[in-house]
Amino acid sequence: MAIFLTKDSKVIVQGMTGSEGMKHTRRMLASGTQIVGGVNPRKAGTTVDVDGTEVPVFGTVAEAIEKTGADVTVIFVPPKFTKDAVVEAIDAEIGLAVVITEGVPVHDSAAFWAYAGAKGNKTQIIGPNCPGLISPGQSNAGIIPADITKAGKIGLVSKSGTLTYQLMYELRDIGFSSAVGIGGDPVIGTTHIDALKAFQEDPETELIVMIGEIGGDAEERAAAYIAEHVTKPVVGYVAGFTAPEGKTMGHAGAIVSGSSGTAQAKKEALEAAGVKVGKTPSETARLARELFAAK
Amino acid sequence: MDLFEYQARDIFAKHGVPVLDGDVIETPEAARAIAERFGGRAVVKAQVKVGGRGKAGGVKLASDPADAVAKAEAILGMDIKGHTVHKVMLAQTADIKDEYYVSFLLDRTNRTFLAMASVEGGVEIEVVAEENPDALAKIPVDANEGCTPEKAAEIVAAAKFPAEVADQVADVLQKLWKVFIAEDALLVEVNPLIKSGDGKIIALDGKVSLDENAEFRQPEHEALEDKAAANPLEAAAKAKGLNYVKLDGEVGIIGNGAGLVMSTLDVVAYAGEKHGDVKPANFLDIGGGASAEVMANGLEIILGDPDVKSVFVNVFGGITACDAVANGIVQALALLEEKGEAVTKPLVVRLDGNNAELGRKILTDANHPLVEQVDTMDGAADRAAELANAK
Repeated sequence: MAIFLTKDSKVIVQGMTGSEGMKHTRRMLASGTQIVGGVNPRKAGTTVDVDGTEVPVFGTVAEAIEKTGADVTVIFVPPKFTKDAVVEAIDAEIGLAVVITEGVPVHDSAAFWAYAGAKGNKTQIIGPNCPGLISPGQSNAGIIPADITKAGKIGLVSKSGTLTYQLMYELRDIGFSSAVGIGGDPVIGTTHIDALKAFQEDPETELIVMIGEIGGDAEERAAAYIAEHVTKPVVGYVAGFTAPEGKTMGHAGAIVSGSSGTAQAKKEALEAAGVKVGKTPSETARLARELFAAK
Repeated sequence: MDLFEYQARDIFAKHGVPVLDGDVIETPEAARAIAERFGGRAVVKAQVKVGGRGKAGGVKLASDPADAVAKAEAILGMDIKGHTVHKVMLAQTADIKDEYYVSFLLDRTNRTFLAMASVEGGVEIEVVAEENPDALAKIPVDANEGCTPEKAAEIVAAAKFPAEVADQVADVLQKLWKVFIAEDALLVEVNPLIKSGDGKIIALDGKVSLDENAEFRQPEHEALEDKAAANPLEAAAKAKGLNYVKLDGEVGIIGNGAGLVMSTLDVVAYAGEKHGDVKPANFLDIGGGASAEVMANGLEIILGDPDVKSVFVNVFGGITACDAVANGIVQALALLEEKGEAVTKPLVVRLDGNNAELGRKILTDANHPLVEQVDTMDGAADRAAELANAK
C-alpha cells in the first residue's frame, strides 16, 4: 500500500508540453508512473512521443478524465496560469491535484483553496511550490527523484524537497511506502496532519518521518494531532534554528515573525507529543533507524 | 516586502482610503515648505520599518515651519531599534476624538483571509489581543467572495463600532479590501483609524506588506523597494537572481533547496560551537539545476563577502546529478580565476545522492588546492567551521 498515490493511479500532466513539464513527464514515465495524457488546449488532439511512449494531449482536464479515467493531475504551468489550472482541475473533480509550480501569489493559492472548499473538497490539492509525492516502485507524481530509494515501510511528509531527498537517500535500505512533499508556501493544500492521518491508516507504513521548517504553526498543530491520534512511531526534523527574524529563507512561507514560527517552538511541541526530533538530518535518519529496529 | 508608512499612505490614497495630506523628505530644510503648505503645524514622523517609533522619540509635533525643520533635523539620522532614519514624513495634524484599528491579513493557520477590527486602536494590537481579546474582532473573509457590503457590516458590528461611524468605517473597510486585493498584499493595517473632531474617519497610520511572488503582475511594486537599505551583497545576489540572505557569521554557505540550506546553517552553527563559535555567514539556495554559471555567481557573491573565512558547498543530488554539480564547481573556480579574482578561501564540498561518486572523482581529479571533500553533511560542516576558526 501507499498513501494518495498507487500503481493504479492514472496521471495526467497540465503543462506537459512545456520544458519542465516534458522533462519530468519523461522521468515520471521512466519510474513506472501511468502517465495517461497531457493537457494543453492549443495542442489538443495531438500526441507527444516521450521516449517511445505516445502520450495523448487533451484540450481540458475534463476531457482527459473522460477519455482516460485519470484520477491524478500534476501541474507544471507557470505561476501566472496556476490558479486557472487548479480551478480547472477542481471543476473537473479530479481526485488529486499536485501543484509543483513555485512562485504562486498567495492570493491565488488562497483563492483556489477557498474554491476547492466551496466545491466540496472533491479534489485533494498538494502544494503549491512542492516536489510532489512518490510511492516508490508504484508511481511518482512530481519531481522527486525515483532512483535514490526503494519501496519500504517508512512514510515521509515534508515541507522541503531536498530534505525529503536527503532522508529518502539516508534511509534507502529500509525504504518508503510514500514520501509526500507538501511544499513551503504560506497556503498549501495537503498538510502534515493530512499525511500523518493517511500514514496512520496505511497498513504498510510502520514508521513516520515528519520534516518541518520555520514559519506558521503547522508543526505545532501536527504535534497536537500526533499526541491525540498517531500510534505509530514518529521521528521529526525541523530546519531553520539559525534563521533570523523577519527574513524569508528561500521558501515563501519560511519566515519567523516576531516570536512565532520558530524552529525551537516547533521542536518543543513535537517532543512534548512524544516525537523524537533529530538535531541534523543524519541524526534524524539514525533515530528513525533505531526506532525501526526496536519495533 | 514591508512598506514604509508614507508608501502605505500613498497606496491607501490611490484606492480611495481617506488619509491626511503628507509628504516625505530626506533633508531637514525640505520640511519648511511642506509645513507652510499645511498652514504651519505638522507632525514629523520617522520612516522606519519597525514598531515603537513613538516611544523612541521618532514622532514629534512641530508648531511652525521653523520648528518643523528643527524636528526633522532631530529625527533624521536617529537610530530606532537598529534602524537608521533616512526619511521623515510630514503629515497634517489631526484632531483626534477616537482611535480604532482595522486590518486585513492572511490567516495561515486557517488558509483564509481575515479581517481584524477593534475600537481600541492607537496602541499595539498585540497588546489588545493579549490583554483584552474580546475587544478585537476577527472575521474570516473568503478569498473569492471578498469584503462585500454585508461582510463589512458584519465586521463593524462584531467590533462594536459606534452607530455614528458605522457606515463610514464599513466604507473604509471595503476600500481597504480593494487595496488588499489590487496590490496583492499580505497585510493592510490601519492603526490608528481615527474619528476626527468633525466626525470624519481617517487612516492616520498604516502598514502594508506586499507579496513578492506577485511581482509579475505588479510592475509598480519594484519602485517601492528600499534599495538604499538593502545589504550590498543581497542586492548583488538579487540582481543575479540568487536566493541569498546575509547573516553575521564566518562560514559561507551554498546549497540546493531552501530546506537543505536552512538545515545546513543549523548544522554549521552546531559545529561552530566546538570551533570558536563560528556561525553561518549567509543563506544561499542555488536551486535544483545548479549550472556552472549559477555556481560561479554564487561563489562570487560569497567569496566577495569580507566576513567569510571558509565556504561550505552542500549539495544533495536529487534531480541534478552530482557530476554536473562537481563540474560546475570546477568551472566556477576557473571562471573566477579567469576574471582575475583570486580565490583564497578554503572550500569544503559535500556531494551526496545521484552520481555522488562520479562527482567526487571529478573534484579529486581537478585537485584544486583550496577544495577539500568530506562525505557527510555533519562532517563537512565540522571541517568548514574548523577552517573558518583557524583563519
